[in-house]
Amino acid sequence: MNTLFDKIWDAHVVQKVEEGPTQLYIDRLYCHEVTSPQAFAGMRARGLKCFRPEKIYCMPDHNTPTHDQDKPIEDPVSKAQVDALAQNAADFGLTHFGMMNKKNGIIHVVGPERGLTLPGMTIVCGDSHTSTHGAMGAVAFGIGTSEVEMVMASQCILQARPKTMRITIDGKLGKGVTAKDVALYMMSKMTTSGATGYFVEYAGEAIRSLTMEGRLTLCNLSIEMGARGGMIAPDEVTFEYIKGREYAPKGEEWDKALAYWKTLKSDDDAVFDKEVRYDAADIQPMITYGTNPGMGMAITSNIPTTDGMSEVEKGSFEKSMQYMGFVPGENLIGKKVDYVFLGACTNGRIEDFRAFASIVKGRKKADNITAWLVPGSWMVDEQIREEGIDKVLEEAGFEIRQPGCSACLAMNDDKIPAGKYSVSTSNRNFEGRQGPGSRTLLASPLTAAAAAVTGVITDPRTLM
Amino acid sequence: MKQKFNIITSTCIPLPLENVDTDQIIPARFLKATTRDEKFFGDNLFRDWRYNPDGSLNKDFVLNDPKYSGHVLVAGKNFGSGSSREHAAWAIAGYGFRVVVSSFFADIHKNNELNNFVLPVVVSEEFLKELFDSIYADPKTEVEVNLPEQTIINKATGKSEKFEINAYKKHCLMNGLDDIDFLVENRDKIAAYEETVSNR
Repeated sequence: MNTLFDKIWDAHVVQKVEEGPTQLYIDRLYCHEVTSPQAFAGMRARGLKCFRPEKIYCMPDHNTPTHDQDKPIEDPVSKAQVDALAQNAADFGLTHFGMMNKKNGIIHVVGPERGLTLPGMTIVCGDSHTSTHGAMGAVAFGIGTSEVEMVMASQCILQARPKTMRITIDGKLGKGVTAKDVALYMMSKMTTSGATGYFVEYAGEAIRSLTMEGRLTLCNLSIEMGARGGMIAPDEVTFEYIKGREYAPKGEEWDKALAYWKTLKSDDDAVFDKEVRYDAADIQPMITYGTNPGMGMAITSNIPTTDGMSEVEKGSFEKSMQYMGFVPGENLIGKKVDYVFLGACTNGRIEDFRAFASIVKGRKKADNITAWLVPGSWMVDEQIREEGIDKVLEEAGFEIRQPGCSACLAMNDDKIPAGKYSVSTSNRNFEGRQGPGSRTLLASPLTAAAAAVTGVITDPRTLM
Repeated sequence: MKQKFNIITSTCIPLPLENVDTDQIIPARFLKATTRDEKFFGDNLFRDWRYNPDGSLNKDFVLNDPKYSGHVLVAGKNFGSGSSREHAAWAIAGYGFRVVVSSFFADIHKNNELNNFVLPVVVSEEFLKELFDSIYADPKTEVEVNLPEQTIINKATGKSEKFEINAYKKHCLMNGLDDIDFLVENRDKIAAYEETVSNR
């Protein structure tokens, strides 16, 4: 009567600390340049070597410019951080995919596409979107830098066991409704803290029908409901996706792994601490209007009013509306947009570029729009070119940039200017997230494309 | 760092906003440091709320209001949501906070605070509301946070609540120990575990 989460967690328990956390063994530690330098410094100060260096993979992604990656990074502070990762990886004997390495990209895009992320694994990274990897049937979660150091030092982490939640989405998704919309819908229902303390398993017909890319998008956003992580039981879609990838098991190893992976599902009588059900038919293309990802609505709806809110809720809501320049109760269709961003660990995969291209094909980029289209990795970039998507985008007046986290959090030069509106496929619409004063509206690649060709907020279904 | 924790009595700084995310606590552009310089992070705590876009002080923000001071930050529910950046905890510690009181914390940030010897104290909505009221009525209002007893007292009203912390982490905080010391000491157990799963 175990859940999928229980099975993987229990198989990784080294010991339970008395009246304390669990010491959990970690199969993969992913490191990027932003949250690792202080962990490496801590290791040096303690005179420690990495306990299992072969289980640690490093790559820069947050600071990388999305142009001229073959030249030195112009910002000296960004350059120092990216260089520090390369040096630390070399000093500690870790695998490192540096800029311009064909294996480089956003760590949460690269892990699955290279077959480094596999079902049944425990995976951590100093990054809250580590939840992405749960889509492959892994227990994956974001951690702080002290915890990164713990894993470097011992390949283990001390963690309290989270509670379990199953979110089931019955039925079929409608026209123009993507995994991103499903996630934004769930957040709007559950709020950004509705799943805090829980590890979520997604189930139901609508989830099963998602492609691997869609599942990665969905699990990526688990943290935005506060969840410790999100996961989907591996199935034929998962196995088909993994087979033949660079680091995936081969030959006899594959057969053995596959037999184990097929046991990775919640038992029929498994008991979750919480069960939630939604109906796919209720989900429309979504957009956010506020300054946290839970402030989302169907794109055709009106922004809520403050009726019935407590004083503290009202204060937070009004601060948010003032920041965004919106009025409670108003409709966003037809509002002018300045920037469109396609990319990030949320929507920087090949399927997202296919979706974006399906809308812009035969149309032109609107004159008032600055568009940043940033593949999640060099592998995605290569697929875009193989499939001729680059031609479709270029004919419509778009250019494809080089891979990285880019305008999702604006640690490189890709910053949305203060006061400007950005329809973005990324994961967070916090104040200043895409640059100081930037105003972010989170949406799917289809909705982003609709804004890019019309110049205003547009229901993508009207262009399909 | 590693400042042993026992009983703290202090005035409070009120931040009655919900869903304060770690991007507000420390914006991404301050994450490029490669050292753990708490003064740097503390100086940039709540940077975009503390300063106007032209770099001048935002006099309306509570950290710039001379009425309020102390080592205890009191915030609305779901404090620390969003990014896993430990820099947020470094900024809070670097500014001089030893305790954050809220009715609800995001998971990763809560761990990050504990790993930096900042104590997250979860209180009921009622206690939180009353504490805000007390602080606004008298900015000199103190709270007593007693880790050994796991209690927090609003000294203005005398209202007291128990708070949760696991025994292991409490021991760490009271004795200035961290998890890495613990884990490195049992590397043998870890190697033994690896033997048992080598055929997985």
